[in-house]
Amino acid sequence: MPDSVMQNSFHLDAVPIRLERCGKTFAGGARALEPLDLTIHGGETIVFLGPSGCGKTTTLRIIAGLESPDPGGRVLFGEEDVTALPIERRNVGMVFQSYALFPNMTVAENVAYGLKVRKVARADRGRRVEEMLDLMHLGEFAGRRIDQLSGGQRQRVALARALVVRPRVLLLDEPLTALDAKLRDSLRLEIDRLLRGLGITAVYVTHDQGEAMALGDRIVVMAKGRVAQVGTPREIYYQPADGFVADFIGTMNRLGGMSRGGTLSIGSATLPWSGPEGAVELLVRPEDLALAGEADGHLGGTVAAAVFLGDRTRLVVEPADGPALTVDAAGRSELGRGDRVWLRVDPARVLAVP
Amino acid sequence: MHSLSNRRGWGFWLQLGFTLLVCALLTVPMAMSMLAGLTANYFVGLKSGLTLRWVEEVLRVYSGTILLSLQIAVACLACTLVLGVPAAYALARRPGRIARLVEELLMMPVAIPGLATALALIVTYGSVGDLRSSWLFILIGHVLFTLPFMVRAVLAVMGSIDLTTLEEGAASLGAGFLRRFATVVLPNCRSGILAGSLMVLTLSVGEFNLTWLLHTPLTKTLPVGLADSYASLRIEIGSAYTLVFFLMIVPSLILMQGLSRRGRPSV
Repeated sequence: MPDSVMQNSFHLDAVPIRLERCGKTFAGGARALEPLDLTIHGGETIVFLGPSGCGKTTTLRIIAGLESPDPGGRVLFGEEDVTALPIERRNVGMVFQSYALFPNMTVAENVAYGLKVRKVARADRGRRVEEMLDLMHLGEFAGRRIDQLSGGQRQRVALARALVVRPRVLLLDEPLTALDAKLRDSLRLEIDRLLRGLGITAVYVTHDQGEAMALGDRIVVMAKGRVAQVGTPREIYYQPADGFVADFIGTMNRLGGMSRGGTLSIGSATLPWSGPEGAVELLVRPEDLALAGEADGHLGGTVAAAVFLGDRTRLVVEPADGPALTVDAAGRSELGRGDRVWLRVDPARVLAVP
Repeated sequence: MHSLSNRRGWGFWLQLGFTLLVCALLTVPMAMSMLAGLTANYFVGLKSGLTLRWVEEVLRVYSGTILLSLQIAVACLACTLVLGVPAAYALARRPGRIARLVEELLMMPVAIPGLATALALIVTYGSVGDLRSSWLFILIGHVLFTLPFMVRAVLAVMGSIDLTTLEEGAASLGAGFLRRFATVVLPNCRSGILAGSLMVLTLSVGEFNLTWLLHTPLTKTLPVGLADSYASLRIEIGSAYTLVFFLMIVPSLILMQGLSRRGRPSV
């Protein structure tokens, strides 16, 4: 779909969302969410990322109005306090993991539902539904029943249904989780283009870090009901706030090192260093460890496994002491199990956790 | 294996014979009874000739009971729809021990003998106004007896669809509770509601245990009339009466089978 057409004919307001001390304690006394303060800028796509049970879905449901925060918490859309409003009066668009399409209605009837509820005149309704179906490449499916659609088509209908009412914010609860890998990639691209084009404030919940990195203007990494870090995908990837974030996003190696007087000892090598002193734990991404010769290498080890991934070969290297390291080598690398290798570490790309 | 699949052994014929015997055991009396209703003279046998005289006689004498039975069945259906569908919805949306307990309690009228339920009703409400002599008294008994079947049928369908998420989807589009219930909940439970409705109609039309105690000479239903005619009139009339009853009940039974074969709606 050409972006220019979309921006001209269909552009939505960019309403900021503010959460103030929004916590959630469930009836049994279980704390699902520690009190949370967060501002989501107008037009921004923010992704809540974390393992199951981290509180990301609870946060989304509080924004949606499907759960209310514990007393004292407030949810604001722009200047309006919506804390007391149920979901049907918040004017949000919501997309569910299980689609939540109405099996008793056709595709067009599903999309028209929100407009009917809003008492939009029949002619206007028909035109807007048609426009929306075209935007989502669903025109030919208008008369189909939901059980005649594939998973990807269903989720596109769900998006169309949520957007046609011009909601103030769009909320997506793991929308791609039920799809197979290939569909997931293509629909993710489609959602990305859609969100950029519409200019709507979007909140996206996922446990998939790839989705989070691709879609989020900012990512909120959550663990055990708390926010572990808020930042752009690059910040989260290159400057993780703690070990949990580092491990959750991408692959992270851990190296033991000792620093003293401006130098850092790793394995047999001594490198210039400006980080903390004493015994440190170093975090290094696989792509920041380079294969080297015995003369210029810092750390020796034996290849324990080599996995050919096409564009690269992922090696698991066991050093003389310490945990195994994951290293990316060229795809055409001939290295295999049992080979002796040397690794170089770039101290500028190493994160130290004291 | 080879000989078994090619040549049917004595085991096959034994099983077939047994199955046919059981079928005959169940169907022959029914067929005999209906045939008796069409026979000019039962004691002489079929050679006395076939006639519709007895059926006409039944329709003339007992049309009142047939109409009352239909009236009660329709009213009973209306009551179980109004009470049972919301009850099933409440049970489906509220998981937990109390909901399960209520579900079990709802089955009680089925487990307790109809006569006992009827006695309890008479003892409790028998002296309330004109209720005892009204057809409404029978209606109360029928609703009590058939309600669990409606609740169970609707609950089964509600349990097979993700009602909570469907409703959340409708709510996110701005639909309030009543609108969600009418446009999303009810249409998607249609197969359960239909199955429950046919069940209630069939059970109410054929109900005898409760009705026998609850009825008065002026509020006789079809099954009660049937018992009367067997006890006091010619066997041909009783049999013709059975025939009429079958003609009323079989279409709804066939519909019910058809519904259950079509299965649950796919989500």
